[in-house]
Amino acid sequence: MDGMSLLTITVLAVFVGFEVVSKVSSTLHTPLMSGANAIHGIILVGAIIVAGQAADPWVLAVALLAVVLATANLVGGFVVTDRMLHMFHGRKEATRKGEGK
Amino acid sequence: MTLLSPVWTALLYLAAAVFFILALRGLSSPRTARRGNLVGAFGALLAVVTVFLSARLENIPWIIAAIAVGTAVAAPVARRVKMTQMPQLVALFNGVGGGAAALVALLELSHNADPWTRLAIVFTLLVGAVSFAGSGVTFAKLQELITTRPVVFPGLPVVMAAVLLAAVGTAVAVVLTGSLALAVLLMVLGLAAGALLVLPVGGADVPIVISLLNAFTGLAVAASGVVLGNVLLVVAGTLVGASGTILTRAMAAAMGRSVAGILFGAFRGGSTAGSTAVSERPVRSSSPEDVAVLLGYAQRVIIVPGYGLAVAQGQHTAAELALALEARGIEVDFAIHPVAGRMPGHMNVLLAEANVPYESLKEMGEINSEFRTADVALVVGANDVVNPAAKTSSGSPIYGMPILEVADARQVIFLKRSMRPGFAGIENELLYEPQTSLLFGDAKESLAKVLGAVKAL
Repeated sequence: MDGMSLLTITVLAVFVGFEVVSKVSSTLHTPLMSGANAIHGIILVGAIIVAGQAADPWVLAVALLAVVLATANLVGGFVVTDRMLHMFHGRKEATRKGEGK
Repeated sequence: MTLLSPVWTALLYLAAAVFFILALRGLSSPRTARRGNLVGAFGALLAVVTVFLSARLENIPWIIAAIAVGTAVAAPVARRVKMTQMPQLVALFNGVGGGAAALVALLELSHNADPWTRLAIVFTLLVGAVSFAGSGVTFAKLQELITTRPVVFPGLPVVMAAVLLAAVGTAVAVVLTGSLALAVLLMVLGLAAGALLVLPVGGADVPIVISLLNAFTGLAVAASGVVLGNVLLVVAGTLVGASGTILTRAMAAAMGRSVAGILFGAFRGGSTAGSTAVSERPVRSSSPEDVAVLLGYAQRVIIVPGYGLAVAQGQHTAAELALALEARGIEVDFAIHPVAGRMPGHMNVLLAEANVPYESLKEMGEINSEFRTADVALVVGANDVVNPAAKTSSGSPIYGMPILEVADARQVIFLKRSMRPGFAGIENELLYEPQTSLLFGDAKESLAKVLGAVKAL
């Protein structure tokens, strides 16, 4: 992809990013931050590409470390956000939480 | 495996990008938030499947094993973490994402001679490393592995400037030479810069730093997308970078702070008031029975929950107490400061977990004028968010932060563990006022005793 189209896409994405979150209430700041945090875990795609092209064992090792870290970001991010948001609707589930844990 | 043609690959990545945009939009409204998050997760799954089917990949068993390891580590932690500890977990996930981006950029250096691409590589390396180290320090602060006070030492601004200059110089050298050793040096400098950036930030401002570092990681991911020529990474990273920036500003505004003030406030030596020792002045301590009488014969009670309540897992007891008081015909509300807890909106999550109805949770702007009509303000495990120093003491680290005006209530009751100052490390003058009484002890136990005494009235 040439530089100009990439720049166009980037600038448009900046404005979309500004627009979609501009009117969020403070109640949802934490889940929104956590959800956005999960989305950048998509660096996993980059890590997979690099690991898939690695010929040298050292390169592979570093790339696989990146895959592990990116997966933790992606999977952990979405799971913890889901748990957080579940609480907003979780009526009658108070007993689910252990008291002494 | 290359089952998918480039056109299909591009279309599927486009779909994933659209899912991410829909996810962020969904997360901005309470009704659609949970669905929004699931839409985002689906987009991510789609993108990962697409990369396996479209790129020519070696080492696939290894990659799958690494994904399994990452999932096996992160998913159980995310599922089991206590909601009170969730902010540091988010910081940690953010940090490892930044680290992953930096490693990807490091490995791509040898394949790219084009100076523009190398520029994107050094950007990813530096910002990813800053985010990794910064998030690590944030985690340590929130977990209270290190002090929550600002860590400042003489010459800090000089060291920071030296590190940044060295980083810029090294970055230029990497672009010109493509040297791997220099790239590793750049990463180390990035790590140092990240740590130095967050260490001077005071405890109360840490949530805003998490959000800022979240935006940083987004930018690093976008830059790594430029390096790899992957449009999805560019779009997703930029989205997070932009929305993270807006969110950071919104959070800072809720605290009456500027982002620059938070990051560089300590450099100017503005937070000396944070180190005042606990004074020996007398306070009026009280018994659970006294508190129960005050509450039980009031007409209007406003409960101000803070992080101490959450730590003691007292949300459910607080909710029960509210019910018991309402049964006596008393009007009870919860006043939620935007940064009560450790992150903006954290307290809403914690109280929702305890089934406190949404309508009883009043935001600061809504409730502040009502303290004047309240008979009792019951402050449970909160301190900084009701500290008048934010209004009166211009040298204080929390100066300028909007607070809940509990001092306007006829009686103020603090349930506190000890006289230890709050997370920001500032003493609270309100504790010594004549209308204030204190009940010492673990928030949950105190609430349970008060609840018992109210029921016995």
